[in-house]
Amino acid sequence: MRLLLEKRAERSRRMIFLSPLIAVGLTLVTGAIIFALLDLNPLRALFVYFIEPLTNSWSIEQLIVKATPLALIGAGLAISFRANVWNIGAEGQLTAGAVLGGLVPVFFPQWQSPLAFLFMILLGVLGGMAWAAIPAALKNRFNANEILTSLMLVYVAQLILDWLVRGPWRDPQGYNFPKTVSFSGWQLLPQFKLLPDSIGPIYINLGAILAVAAALSLAFLMARTLKGFEIRVMGNSPRAGRFSGFSRARTVWFCFLLAGGLAGLAGICEVMSTVGQLQPSISPGYGFTAIIVAFLGRLNPVGALVAALALAISYLGGEGAQVALGVSDKIARVFQGILLFYILACDTLILYRVKLLTNQSAEASAA
Amino acid sequence: MVKVKRNYLLEALHMVKVFGELHANDGITLRIKPGEIHALLGENGAGKSTLVKMIYGALQPTSGEFLWQGAPISIASPAFARKLGIAMVFQHFSLFETLTVAENIALALPGRFNLAKLSEKIALVSKEYGLPLVPKAVVADLSVGERQRIEIVRCLLQEPRLLIMDEPTAVLTPQEADQLFAVLTRLAKEGRAVLYISHRLEEVKRLCHTATILRHGKVVANVDPAKETAASLAKLMVGGDIHVVGTQRKQRAGTARLQLRNLNLPADGPFVVELKNISLDVKAGEVVAIAGVAGNGQSEMFDAISGERSLAHNDMICIDGEPCGRSSVNERRNLGAAFVPEERLGHGAVPAFKLSENIVLTRHSSDPSLVRSGLLQKNGASGVSDRVIKAFDVRKGKPDPEARALSGGNLQKFVVGRELDRIPGVLVINQPTWGVDAGAAATIRQAIIDLARQGTAVLAISQDLDEIFEIASRIAVLSRGQLSETYAAGEISLEQIGLLMAGAHEVEEVRHAASA
Repeated sequence: MRLLLEKRAERSRRMIFLSPLIAVGLTLVTGAIIFALLDLNPLRALFVYFIEPLTNSWSIEQLIVKATPLALIGAGLAISFRANVWNIGAEGQLTAGAVLGGLVPVFFPQWQSPLAFLFMILLGVLGGMAWAAIPAALKNRFNANEILTSLMLVYVAQLILDWLVRGPWRDPQGYNFPKTVSFSGWQLLPQFKLLPDSIGPIYINLGAILAVAAALSLAFLMARTLKGFEIRVMGNSPRAGRFSGFSRARTVWFCFLLAGGLAGLAGICEVMSTVGQLQPSISPGYGFTAIIVAFLGRLNPVGALVAALALAISYLGGEGAQVALGVSDKIARVFQGILLFYILACDTLILYRVKLLTNQSAEASAA
Repeated sequence: MVKVKRNYLLEALHMVKVFGELHANDGITLRIKPGEIHALLGENGAGKSTLVKMIYGALQPTSGEFLWQGAPISIASPAFARKLGIAMVFQHFSLFETLTVAENIALALPGRFNLAKLSEKIALVSKEYGLPLVPKAVVADLSVGERQRIEIVRCLLQEPRLLIMDEPTAVLTPQEADQLFAVLTRLAKEGRAVLYISHRLEEVKRLCHTATILRHGKVVANVDPAKETAASLAKLMVGGDIHVVGTQRKQRAGTARLQLRNLNLPADGPFVVELKNISLDVKAGEVVAIAGVAGNGQSEMFDAISGERSLAHNDMICIDGEPCGRSSVNERRNLGAAFVPEERLGHGAVPAFKLSENIVLTRHSSDPSLVRSGLLQKNGASGVSDRVIKAFDVRKGKPDPEARALSGGNLQKFVVGRELDRIPGVLVINQPTWGVDAGAAATIRQAIIDLARQGTAVLAISQDLDEIFEIASRIAVLSRGQLSETYAAGEISLEQIGLLMAGAHEVEEVRHAASA
């Protein structure tokens, strides 16, 4: 008896949607087994982890806060991965965006005007783009593997941030804590009330709106424009892309600058809202988790929006589980990793169907 | 137990291998004696590599039987083949460039080894057979000929009874080839058998004791190559039975629409053929066909004309008088040229894209109904797609399927139709009906002829001589990156083409060079 993967003639539309759901299901089963091995009641643990974060308005607000950077970065990475441009360094681009945008409050804390606000956002995007330009240039000039270069630059960016907040940019009134001055006024993101107080006040900040706007416009770019066509061709068959007159180098530049800019935007939005200052750690690994977001969202920008909410649950659940179950919040990373494994495995089902061969039928097909 | 001495080392009896609808091998019988160099001759697609892969255990036959020294066996895997004593030197080497010769050989040997002892053994074997190799040399520094020696020594260390060589001279200089022939002759004298795959007829005549000639998956002859001429071998290989008539359409000579002037293109990697001094005019209303065995510069020539590889000088190519040797693919398309590459999936079309999206692939810059200010016009694309599907009778399962869901013939009709629908001034098409069923092939050939009648200059690169005689007004032959003179289709025989394919016109140029 053995399993056989049989190639389908076309991609199965059904499986494109089912595969991530199967992956989520398998992740839950695996999670239950892990909780059982930890001597916890699997059902209660899964409830605390995945359901409880959705039960009150405060945690829904937190969910959106966590989903915002994931969606911004995930949408950009979805485009990159479609073009087979493997930008693994969004975490570093996020950091670079936060650092560059942080220039304004660190050096001009008194500059309080809408212009300062716009300038910070712009610098954030530029910072991310500049950091992403390095692996793009190395790829095009030396054919250096972008997976390695972009990943290694994450640590460079993080160490630069670390040095800045412990050294030259440290808040003189900060009791020697490694942090900059707290951002204030126009140097923070505006907040909007999403639902009236009677239902339960839910505030969202401008970042969430930007994330939705980015996802929608990128979806339009991919579906309806020649640029999107170019990206899809280059990712699917580079040879056909060259025949079509598209340039690989241009695609690499475009994808890195786009995803880098969005990661930088996510970074500056984080420090202008939740974090409110620069400090050694400004992100719980959003740039890496966004890789899973991109895949779970079918490499589709709108899909990434949905996937970002799903992955945000794993962050909140991790925090909840730490309090309620006494397990390390690192378990969130474990779940994210398991989920990515299952998605990539289940994606095989899109182009293949599984057949179970008994010994007799195996011989028959070999003969 | 009495061991029956049999004459043959290996017998492959009635081998059949079916891929889908294609009978790649259709009842081939091959018998190899110890001590002989046995040539396996045939055009591309004749079934040589399928047969050899079955002998080496890399493919399993659909039916048929192997006898090894008279005893029936099944060769389940390459590992088993090596255990029997069958070794193979592939055309494309599998060496790690950053490792030394000895390390590369060690990697291929089973079990544990001692690198120092192995190096001694390598030095010994390579000296004994006149295959000079330095075990400590790093592969990256070695020439192609030296790399092939590593592969051969690697095989010899396993004491093979049967050595399979897949087009070994395709990548060698004449001097390196001479050295190789000496080694092979010596191996044969030791009682080993060599199965030698080639389509270079002169070297087969010189080296091989016997030749089995394949055509369309069947054995057409077993001959003694020494008693044949290169012309008679060529005739057997390509089939003398095809009609030489050629549907000659006397065309009034139009103006030259595609001109190649001393087109030179250096190789940009190993196994890439250098194009040398190609000059050719293709006039309005004619089909010029380029014959030749695969791997002699056909795809390089296509890439150079289509603009996928840029040339050194702008005037090496003119389309309708406009120099465009350094222009991009789309600039050339906008000059009125259209291109159909050899590979349908992944080059001419994106497998995962719908047919209507594949329309956009080659026409986005030349067809304003497809893209307006950067936005895709889906209705425009479906319109063109429907027109092509209707005109070429493309059969498909659903309204707008992915390209990969189509059969080879239907996709080829679509890819050709997409370009013909533009009524281009110049059409360059590589292997117009490669791997396509007879019905689709006829449709495509007819369409090409009709297009030329409307005043288009057509350049068709093909390995299929039947096809060439069916569509061509003039014929030239490409061999090792050099193009022969062109001949009117009615004035050249199959034998002449066969000789040109084997490189007859190159020799002339070597003589020219020597006298210069």
